[in-house]
Amino acid sequence: MKNSRALSLHVPEPRTRPGDAPDFSGVDVSRPGAVPRPDIATDPREIRDLAYGLIRVLDDHGEAVGPWDPRLDADVLLAGLKAMMLTRAYDDRMYRAQRQGKTSFFMKSRGEEAVAVAQAMALDRDDMCFPTYRQQGLLIARGYPLIQMMNQVYSNERDPMKGRQLPSMYSSRETGFFSISGNLGTQFSQAVGWAMASAYKGDTRIASGWIGDGATAEADFHHALTFASVYRAPVILNIVNNQWAISSFQGLAGGEATTFAARAIGYGLPALRVDGNDFLAVHAATAWAAERARANLGATVIELFTYRAESHSTSDDPSRYRPADEAERWPLGDPVARLAQHLTVLGCWSQERQAAQQKALDDLVRAAQREAEAVPALGSKSSSRVTDMFDDVYAETPWHLRQQARELEG
Amino acid sequence: MASMTMIQALNSAMDVMLGLDPDVLIFGEDVGYFGGVFRVTDGLQKKHGLTRCFDTPIGEAGIVGVAIGMGAYGLRPIVEIQFADYIYPAYDQLVSEAARLRFRSAGDFTAPITVRTPYGGGIFGGQTHSQSPEALFTHVAGLTTVVPSTPYDAKGLLISAVESNDPIIFLEPKRIYNGPFDGHHDRPVTPWSRHPASEVPEGYYTVPLGKAAVVRAGEAATILVYGAMVHVALAAVEDSGIDAEVIDLRTLVPVDIEAITASVKKTGRCVIVHEATRTSGFGAELSALVQEHCFYHLEAPIERVAGWDTPYPHAFEWDYFPGPARVAAALRRVTEG
Ligand SMILES: Cc1ncc(C[n+]2csc(CCOP(=O)(O)OP(=O)(O)O)c2C)c(N)n1
Ligand SMILES: [Mg+2]
Repeated sequence: MKNSRALSLHVPEPRTRPGDAPDFSGVDVSRPGAVPRPDIATDPREIRDLAYGLIRVLDDHGEAVGPWDPRLDADVLLAGLKAMMLTRAYDDRMYRAQRQGKTSFFMKSRGEEAVAVAQAMALDRDDMCFPTYRQQGLLIARGYPLIQMMNQVYSNERDPMKGRQLPSMYSSRETGFFSISGNLGTQFSQAVGWAMASAYKGDTRIASGWIGDGATAEADFHHALTFASVYRAPVILNIVNNQWAISSFQGLAGGEATTFAARAIGYGLPALRVDGNDFLAVHAATAWAAERARANLGATVIELFTYRAESHSTSDDPSRYRPADEAERWPLGDPVARLAQHLTVLGCWSQERQAAQQKALDDLVRAAQREAEAVPALGSKSSSRVTDMFDDVYAETPWHLRQQARELEG
Repeated sequence: MASMTMIQALNSAMDVMLGLDPDVLIFGEDVGYFGGVFRVTDGLQKKHGLTRCFDTPIGEAGIVGVAIGMGAYGLRPIVEIQFADYIYPAYDQLVSEAARLRFRSAGDFTAPITVRTPYGGGIFGGQTHSQSPEALFTHVAGLTTVVPSTPYDAKGLLISAVESNDPIIFLEPKRIYNGPFDGHHDRPVTPWSRHPASEVPEGYYTVPLGKAAVVRAGEAATILVYGAMVHVALAAVEDSGIDAEVIDLRTLVPVDIEAITASVKKTGRCVIVHEATRTSGFGAELSALVQEHCFYHLEAPIERVAGWDTPYPHAFEWDYFPGPARVAAALRRVTEG
């Protein structure tokens, strides 16, 4: 065939921009309870539909419905609500601290708290997490001290990372929380490697990795799925589709052509697509994938369909690139409000208890903040420890670094 | 003429080239509608259209690979890597592909691409928003590495880069995007408007690649420097009262060897300054060149002032940054010897 028609270049654009009314008509939301729950041993080829549906448990009235209802005890739900509320209170406080000039940078997870918190609770405490910067809820749900997180954010003398990392880039081996990298995507294949090591050693622990919708465009995403599939690694590969990557809508990562979960199909991996603002659905899907991994059946890809309710970080203003009230119009609601509603329906929650808990958590965060702010900040003025920067570059500090440390001390 | 910051000057260069050449187009993460996280491409999509300045998926290897393909077709893409710290996924495309395409195809295919990226520290960005990776590119045969230090040079050099028929790594010192920061972090920042090189022609002009500039003439020593550190070097000269000649290299490879030798032969003393880590930094190459070309004129050992050989620390930013005091101390050492 002869080339005769002029081609044209397609560049995707979101449906709406600042000044427009938010439009979520393209969001395909399935009825709560509608998606079937297969046995974990089902051949991935038979459950490809799950990559295009949306696992939802909580309905609009706060009832838990359908086969994915994890039937969790009220205690577990209350603990989940508390961890989500604490994550939000912590985020709000640290965000404000940045605005007051007390730290250089911060990243919130508002709207996505169910992802980290429900997943932490569905995993075993000693399963290994390879998070992005937006899963601080994992640390909080696992009981990592708030004050340590703040010490990191303040780069103070008790910062466990000795002031080396940008605020929000935590690390805690003891909590099963891998050191966060500023470079997107790198942790995804590392999660697979950790899981392969666990399998190699005959260990029982599994790994879980997280990546944002935007960062799925990095090659590391492909490497992770390929290696996970080839070696049947005991790992959960989570894609947090919060619709945005700084100013870029998810269509720029390929989200208009298909779902992110559907990427798994080409690698022969099973995929679950989940309402990320539904604590019960996130918990159930994670538990399914974890059980599968523990049964040596290999990796599962989970797309957590959610919405980044605030700015990317303290460095951007989202009203410059999306309608200002988009977050409020997100059709899948708010994870904290939805779980609180469910607990109210169950008869174990009320507006009074919510308000009292909010106040208690705010006080807790404020007290921790006071404690963190009493610790001197690292930097030129606390010069006694300035040569710490030469430690940990190598296991043994070589001569040229020792010489530079002496030169710095003058 | 108009008074411009470096951001505005770079924006103006791209605006001019989009207007002059339909084969020029711009893409990168967040560069389209939003105008880039540093706003360097602000307004270009609106003015020139969606397909002339657009957002990409977050995949640096993809961005550069696609640019090379477009270059092979005959376009002149300008791509932005959001931070130089995120250029590593694209390293294979740059080193194995862009740099060697002309050579391996004996000129059959070329990669006339410009890879712009903000680099350097001084903004409390921690280890993944502060790096100076120029030596990873200067070491690669086939790549041209350019670093401006003023709005005037930034615009003229960027236009030259876009017109070059070879791949250009265009490193933008982000610390001086808005003003000529001289390393005195405890003093108020001066805006570009008070600097003569912020006077920038609104239209087309070029600053040639491969040519250094003598930004301060002097007799007592030569400082070889580029990017943000040019302003630090000038502050060190002022603080120390030593009459040093300050050479802004502007292009690292191919470096202006004539400007270097003329100055060092005159002064007999040489201090090399960069923010990047010292070991195997570009300063090592400069030091070797000065030794090879000016050995019999040297009256003191060559000094290198550079970032310490550690990742860029967040809290100890100013203890890491090779500020004017360290440059001045090196000047004293070479001139007192
Ligand atoms: C390799 C790399 N490229 C670019 C960046 C700059 N960057 C930081 S976050 C971000 C957007 C990420 O979006 P997404 O993956 O969707 O995660 P989200 O922020 O939405 O949680 C970008 C482009 C980076 N950190 N690393
Ligand atoms: Mg995202």
